[in-house]
Amino acid sequence: MCTVCGCDTPHHHPGHDHGHDHHDDHHDHGSSRMIQVERDILAHNDGHAARNRAVFAERGILALNLVSSPGSGKTTLLCRTVEALKARMPVAVIEGDQQTSFDAERIRATGAPAFQINTGKGCHLDAHMIESALARLRPEEDSVLFIENVGNLVCPAAFDLGEAAKVAILSVTEGEDKPLKYPHMFQAASLMVLNKTDLLPHLDFDVDACVAHARRVNPSITVLMLSARTGDGLDPWLEWIAERRRHTLAHRAESLEAKLAAVRATMDSSG
Amino acid sequence: MHEMSLTESVVRILEGEAARHGFSRVKLVRLEIGELSHVDPESILFCFGAVAGRSPLTSGAEMKIVRAPGQAHCLDCGDTVPLADRLAPCPRCGGARLVITGGEEMRVKEMEVE
Repeated sequence: MCTVCGCDTPHHHPGHDHGHDHHDDHHDHGSSRMIQVERDILAHNDGHAARNRAVFAERGILALNLVSSPGSGKTTLLCRTVEALKARMPVAVIEGDQQTSFDAERIRATGAPAFQINTGKGCHLDAHMIESALARLRPEEDSVLFIENVGNLVCPAAFDLGEAAKVAILSVTEGEDKPLKYPHMFQAASLMVLNKTDLLPHLDFDVDACVAHARRVNPSITVLMLSARTGDGLDPWLEWIAERRRHTLAHRAESLEAKLAAVRATMDSSG
Repeated sequence: MHEMSLTESVVRILEGEAARHGFSRVKLVRLEIGELSHVDPESILFCFGAVAGRSPLTSGAEMKIVRAPGQAHCLDCGDTVPLADRLAPCPRCGGARLVITGGEEMRVKEMEVE
């Protein structure tokens, strides 16, 4: 029970037992009270993200969240990637855009299942949107799911979708200083893909400076260079995906083996 | 602008607390926003002003924001150091390889209700 006002609800009174200044708070005893909340603002999103992550683990799905500014070549890279991977592994795509289903149509033309989310005025995908999309798209077990986020180097950095990794795609026409200008995004990403390298001879883009900027905001970021248009440099990217997928599958195999062992143990003890 | 989504999340948290604790009006809500978090406190205040009036629960409510200081672990000197800017070098050794360990908080701390 609170010794100040005598009520039983957990709460808090200003003016004692804590560090920061509350002298400016009105505290009209009896009609108003302080309540300690201590809740993360992103808790709602993160709850959905945790559920998505559990679904991905359970079903052996490698989910990659592709983030970039508009026009970096995400969809072209995805089409090319799907074409290259579809004979080797099941692939599915969730497309996020404010309007239109152009991108999902481009993906479907490659033969992969794709689901389009239109965020309307929204500037990013959130974990709840992905949860709803998964119910409709139902990606195959042991597949790779690419989530193409809304083209925006700011907002998508804040929202965990339950993915295994964020992949930041930066085209060399955008300027090498982008990792410093949008540090949250490059800090959240596990991999930076430098796209449109076929244009390098025509530009002043400083690759080394760009990589140094990315490493400055994220010392552990991996960097790959490719041209989605010509296909040059595509193999290391495909291998990066395959390696991540092997990890996902290994985790799933371990968890299935543990389940199997538990069922066998139950069977033996019931015999 | 993701500050609008985040502000709507704050209101959702307040609604949840209202159902739990049985109050009908929020007079003051205090947030903790880390110095290195990816939101602009001014934008959150602006968005809250726009969103608060939509519901009797938050109509007229005041929002205050407390800044949590930035902190990082330096991979070069191994120290934990204060950091006011995500791109600043280590204040001890000048190293650039810093892993942020504090200042990214975005929390609803407490509120005054009636």
